[in-house]
Amino acid sequence: MANGAPKIASNDGVADALNKALGAAVLETVEAHGEISLTVDRKKLPAVMAKLRDKHDYQQLVEIAGVDYPDRPERFEVCYHLLSLTKNHRIRVKVTTNEDMPVPTVTHIWEVAGWLEREVFDLYGVLFEGNTDLRRILTDYGFQGHPFRKDFPLTGYVEMRYSEEAKRVVYEPVKLAQDFRSFDFMSPWEGADYILPGDEKTDAGDDKGAKS
Amino acid sequence: MADYLDEMDHIADEADPTVGDLEIQNYTINFGPQHPAAHGVLRLVMELDGEIVERLDPHVGLLHRGTEKLIEHKTYLQALPYFDRLDYCSPLAMEHSYVLAIEKLLDLEVPLRGQYLRVLFAELTRICNHMLNIGAHVMDVGAMTPNIWVFEIREQCLAFFERASGARMHSAWFRPGGVHQDVPLKLLTDMADWLDEFPKFFEDAMSLVIDNRIFKQRNVDIATVSKEDAVRWGFSGPMIRGSGIAWDLRKSQPYDVYDRMDFDVPVGTRGDCYDRFMVRVEEVRQSARIMRQCLNEMPDGPVASTDRKVVPPKRGEMKQSMEALIHHFKLYTEGFHVPAGEVYVATESPKGEFGVYLVSDGSNKPYRCKIRPTAFSHLQAMDFMSKGHMLADATAILGAMDIVFGECDR
Repeated sequence: MANGAPKIASNDGVADALNKALGAAVLETVEAHGEISLTVDRKKLPAVMAKLRDKHDYQQLVEIAGVDYPDRPERFEVCYHLLSLTKNHRIRVKVTTNEDMPVPTVTHIWEVAGWLEREVFDLYGVLFEGNTDLRRILTDYGFQGHPFRKDFPLTGYVEMRYSEEAKRVVYEPVKLAQDFRSFDFMSPWEGADYILPGDEKTDAGDDKGAKS
Repeated sequence: MADYLDEMDHIADEADPTVGDLEIQNYTINFGPQHPAAHGVLRLVMELDGEIVERLDPHVGLLHRGTEKLIEHKTYLQALPYFDRLDYCSPLAMEHSYVLAIEKLLDLEVPLRGQYLRVLFAELTRICNHMLNIGAHVMDVGAMTPNIWVFEIREQCLAFFERASGARMHSAWFRPGGVHQDVPLKLLTDMADWLDEFPKFFEDAMSLVIDNRIFKQRNVDIATVSKEDAVRWGFSGPMIRGSGIAWDLRKSQPYDVYDRMDFDVPVGTRGDCYDRFMVRVEEVRQSARIMRQCLNEMPDGPVASTDRKVVPPKRGEMKQSMEALIHHFKLYTEGFHVPAGEVYVATESPKGEFGVYLVSDGSNKPYRCKIRPTAFSHLQAMDFMSKGHMLADATAILGAMDIVFGECDR
C-alpha cells in the first residue's frame, strides 16, 4: 500500500469466512480501501455482534457512527466499528433504519455502547430498543431536534444569551446579521447540480428565434 | 460507680440515638461544570453516602460545538484546523488521523521526509500532552512543584511547534500529502540538544513524585480496572496499557514510519491510577527515544507529495509557472476532490485511539466525518471506576484518565 495509513492484518478470506459464519444475516459485503463493511439485518444485529465478539475475536466496540442519507427509504446508517486485539483486525458492521424503526441495542454485549448509542440518538434521532438510558448527551439540556441530520440547518434554530434583565440565560430564535453563505466552488463542468445563471435563456432564445 | 455508669448510659441513649436508629440518606452533589479539577467543563452528578461515591453520572457536551457538522460544510483542507481544536493539548496528533484518512481515500503517498517529520512532531506532541497531564494529575492530588517544573518542558515543546508552523498550539501543520513546510536545519539540531537536556529535568521532577508516600497513598489501588473490563469498556492508549494489555497502535498497526522505529510499550501490572500515571511517564522516555531515531535517520527530500491535484505549489514556483498558479487557485477555492468511499483511520494519540471515520461522496467536502474521541469510553467507565471510592479520589481518577473536553464533546 502506498499511503501511510495504519496497517492491519490481511483481509484475505476474512470477508468470506464471516459471510459463511453469519449466513443470511449479512445483506451486503463491501471490501474497499482495505476495509471490510458488512451490512446486516437490523433485527439480527445483537446475534451477529455476539457471534463476532465470542466466535471471531472482535473484542472491542470502538465506535458507533450515524450517517444520514435523506434520499434513501431507510435514511440512517448506523456503523459499528469493531476491533480485534488478538487478530489485529478491524471490521465495520452497518445497519440501516429510519426515524421510527428502532435498532436493537448492543449494550448487553459491550457496556461502552451505552454512550455511543446515546450520541447517535441525540444527533440523529435513531432509537435504540433496549437501551435503558437513552438520554441526550452532547446537546444542551432541553434541546429540540436532531442537529446532525442533513435537513437541520448549520446555524440551528435557537440562540442563547445571558439576559441582564431576566438575570438568567434566555433562548431566542436565531438572528443572523448576515445570511449564512454557503460557498460552492464546484466547477460547473463537473457535477454542479444547479442551473447556471443564464442557462434558462437557451430555450427562451430558441422560441424568439422561431417567431422572428 | 456502677450506678452512675448505668445512669449515664440511659441518658446517652435518649439524647443521642445510636447509628442504627436513624436512617441517613444519600445525598447528591454537583462536581463542576466549573471546577478546577474537572479539566474543563465536566459536570459530575455524584450520589454520595457520607464521603463514599455510590453512583456517578457524568454530564458531557457542555463544550459541544458541532465540529462534525461544521466539517461537512467545509472543504477537506478548510476542515483541518478544526482538528487542532479538538484535543487542544495534543493538536498534531488529532490532525494525524485526519490527514491519514484523506490520504487513504486518495491513496496518496507521502515522501519519506514528510513521514519522518510527522512522526517526529507527533512524538513531540505526545511529550507535550503528557507534560500537561502528568503535571495536572499530581496537582489534583495535592503536589504543586512538579507541575510547575513539567510545565516549563511543555513550554519548550510549544516553542518548537511555533518555530515549525508559526503557531504555538493550533499548528495546522500536517496537511494531506505531507506537512505544510519544511523545518530549518537549526530547529532539528536544537531539538537534538533539547532531547539531551530535558530528560534530566524531567527525571528530577518525577523523582519528587514517583516514590512520594502521599502520592502513592492517593493513587495506588485507586480505580483498579481489570483486563476484561478495559476491553469491554473500549479503553485504549495509556488506559488499556495501565491495565496490563500491551496494545499500542504505533506497534500493532504502524502508520507513517512507525514500523522503522524501535521503542518499547510500557504496561501496568495492577491497573490502578498509579500504573496509568507511570505508563505515561515511561511513554515520555520512549517518545524521546523515537524522536532521536527520527532525527538520526531523517532523509532529505520533499516534505509533501508532488501531486499538484492535492498539494498546492510553493509561492516561488507560482511566479514562473502558469500551471502552478492555476493549481494554487483551484486548490484554495474549490479544493481537491476525494473519491467516493469510506475509511476508518485510527492513530495512537497521546490519550488513546483517536479515530476518524470519513465518508466521501466524491465531492470536495466530506459527506460525513465522525470523530472517535478517546475520552468518551474512558469517561463512561468513570461510574464503575469510582464506585466505593472517596469523593477526593474522583479527582485522582479523572486526572489519570487524561480527558480534554474539546475532544470529548467535539
